[in-house]
Amino acid sequence: MTDVSYQPDTTRGSLTDASGALLAADGTPLKKKLRQALAVSRRRAFLLVAPLLLFILASFAIPILLLLVQGVKDNTFSSIMPETTSVLREWDSNSEPTEEMAAAVVMDLISAKEISRSLPTKVGTRVNREVSGAISLFKKTTRKAPKMEAPFLAELYKVDKKWKDPAYWKAMKIASKTITPAYYAAAVDKKYLADGSFADQPEDRQIYVSLFVKTILVSGGVMLACVLLGFPVAYLLSHLPARQANLLMILVLLPFWTSLLVRTTAWIAMLQSAGVLNDIFVWIGITSDDQRFSLIYNMTGTIIAMTHILLPFMILPIYSVMKAIPPSHVRAAKSLGATNWTAFWRVYFPATIPGIGAGGLLVFILAIGYYITPALVGGQDGQLISNFIAYHMQKSLNWSLAAALGGILLILVLILYWLYDKIVGIDNMKLG
Amino acid sequence: MAGTGGSDEFVVFDQVQKSYDGETLVVKNLNLSIAQGEFLTMLGPSGSGKTTCLMMLAGFETSTHGEIRLAGKPINNIPPHKRGIGMVFQNYALFPHMTVAENLAFPLQVRKMTKAVTRDKVSKALDMVQMGEFGDRRPSQLSGGQQQRVALARALVFEPQLVLMDEPLGALDKQLREHMQYEIKHIHERLGVTVVYVTHDQSEALTMSDRIAVFDDGVIQQLAPPAVLYEKPENAFVASFIGENNKLRANIDSISNGVASVTIDSGDKVQALAVNCGDTGNTMLSIRPERVLLSADAPNRLDGKVLELIYLGDHIRCRMAVAGHDEFIVKVPNSSDHAALNVGESCPIGWVTEDCRALDAA
Repeated sequence: MTDVSYQPDTTRGSLTDASGALLAADGTPLKKKLRQALAVSRRRAFLLVAPLLLFILASFAIPILLLLVQGVKDNTFSSIMPETTSVLREWDSNSEPTEEMAAAVVMDLISAKEISRSLPTKVGTRVNREVSGAISLFKKTTRKAPKMEAPFLAELYKVDKKWKDPAYWKAMKIASKTITPAYYAAAVDKKYLADGSFADQPEDRQIYVSLFVKTILVSGGVMLACVLLGFPVAYLLSHLPARQANLLMILVLLPFWTSLLVRTTAWIAMLQSAGVLNDIFVWIGITSDDQRFSLIYNMTGTIIAMTHILLPFMILPIYSVMKAIPPSHVRAAKSLGATNWTAFWRVYFPATIPGIGAGGLLVFILAIGYYITPALVGGQDGQLISNFIAYHMQKSLNWSLAAALGGILLILVLILYWLYDKIVGIDNMKLG
Repeated sequence: MAGTGGSDEFVVFDQVQKSYDGETLVVKNLNLSIAQGEFLTMLGPSGSGKTTCLMMLAGFETSTHGEIRLAGKPINNIPPHKRGIGMVFQNYALFPHMTVAENLAFPLQVRKMTKAVTRDKVSKALDMVQMGEFGDRRPSQLSGGQQQRVALARALVFEPQLVLMDEPLGALDKQLREHMQYEIKHIHERLGVTVVYVTHDQSEALTMSDRIAVFDDGVIQQLAPPAVLYEKPENAFVASFIGENNKLRANIDSISNGVASVTIDSGDKVQALAVNCGDTGNTMLSIRPERVLLSADAPNRLDGKVLELIYLGDHIRCRMAVAGHDEFIVKVPNSSDHAALNVGESCPIGWVTEDCRALDAA
């Protein structure tokens, strides 16, 4: 053996500064040194995700922020009618309209018309959301405004008796607020009043709360149906030999490879009263030819089609969780004396809960915002909240109400997410 | 030791065969009796059929032919949960969503025992494996060794007559494994429960068992206590599977009084104990490395040449070229003798005739 003796390092032991923090060999604090050493790799990691981060910011985060702002902010009135806005702010919304208010309205309408002819109509449309008849009133008034002379209040009364009705002034006061809870109030069937209080909408106009409830119930129902139908399939998938499992997996994934529209229209062909399913029912005698079931263009159709479309989102997480459950667990339970059912219920099933939770949350959140399927197969009573959001986006052009409805939907989902975290725990979720 | 304190036929495999595909037999005509209170190990390489035998006994596989009896009753058609056999699995198979105490309470709950009895038994079982303080932990919060103890306690808590263990220590590191071997052995001795243990680790089998059944190719090659298995292997497979072994091919010249006179392939004539070699033809001489004598006046002398020396502390492992084989291993105790050995030098070797066994020429 060659004798290479090891020299013990007499300066060994870590360096510390006055406060006892560790120092690196060159005297800089160890924490700082570590940060420096990691900085390069951290910068590289950031650069790698930067494109996606920018994309998400631009196409997802910012639009959501704008949507939330749109739901509470409306400067249509205040930007076109600045004078009226500032005068109305002083008005207590109970006393008679004053000459000053009338003058402001006339001046604002004249200057708005000079900029563009469409501006007064915009104002009218905005006020019309609070009280009907405002569009024609503003059109008429704008036409006559340039020729008006003081006292303007009397002139306005001459143009249209509606100006005597305080409801129109109140409506203008509501519309004049830039930051307004009016749309969120409308989205939960409340009316925002000029004096800042809230009242219930008339009964025949209360639709959104019940629609939210219906949407949640339908989503919950679809989720439940997906669990009931998906769990056995996932179990079969994870227990079949590889070859058959692959074939079955293709069948499960098949809906993913077909266009959503094709699938939905296929359900129309299946479910309509002269469709395949009803023909079979008549043929085997479940119903008679003149009493075919109405399976589509109603809630039944919506639930059937949505369950079918969302089923893979339930099966896949459950499958991936089941695949990871060691077969020895059920065997152990049986060897300990558990019957097949006890072994399943007390040992196997609890282990699948993270998958059911993940699939359930996924299906529920997808279902709560589902649009195309209810629109195509839902008919009148199969419409969900998203169809009304689309309606306000595309038809009534009340974007702020659409934003408020969307905002409430977002809040609902976040609440559910929070509940899920409390009950099951997000850490427990397994998507695959 | 076998058969103390009970029937010699507590567990019986009677002409048991098992085939998965209908073309090959994984277990070929197994006949085995296990006495009550015995610690029997099924030892063999992977694919030798040992785990299949265990699974048939536990009820997770059905035998293709033959009968398995437990305490005199055939159990072929009894489902696993009614057999009342405790089982410890390779990866512990603790239920991750239950605490340690709940895991142990599980077999008692399914037997509808009262809460008080359950609590009492659970704490006793945990104390037995020195895990009394860990009842509230989840399995994932325990180390491998601790999980193993819990799994052991769970398999014993409902007081089964028979406990099966399927490579339970396979996932532990060497030191812990050795420690757990003694612990399992002591628990077995204290409870007097019958244990059927499956492993591919021969030192584990030698340490713990009353008897070892060496499996290969679906057949028990030898069933014997550890010492007999090591000292007196009956065939070439057992000789090479258990412990280290030097093999020399030879041809039998004659046999008298159980001693075979043979000619090694190199032409040297030596003597060996005739065990399983027939009267003529080829044979395989088997001699343990620690039984080789390094001395010019030893019987059965052969010439050897030192190729490699490995220092292992308590002994020195010496690889030699003997009779044309380069892999002839001799273990030399670390005493003053070893100074004589140097790589490249010739050294005569030999053995006492009883230490060299003439086996089947596999």
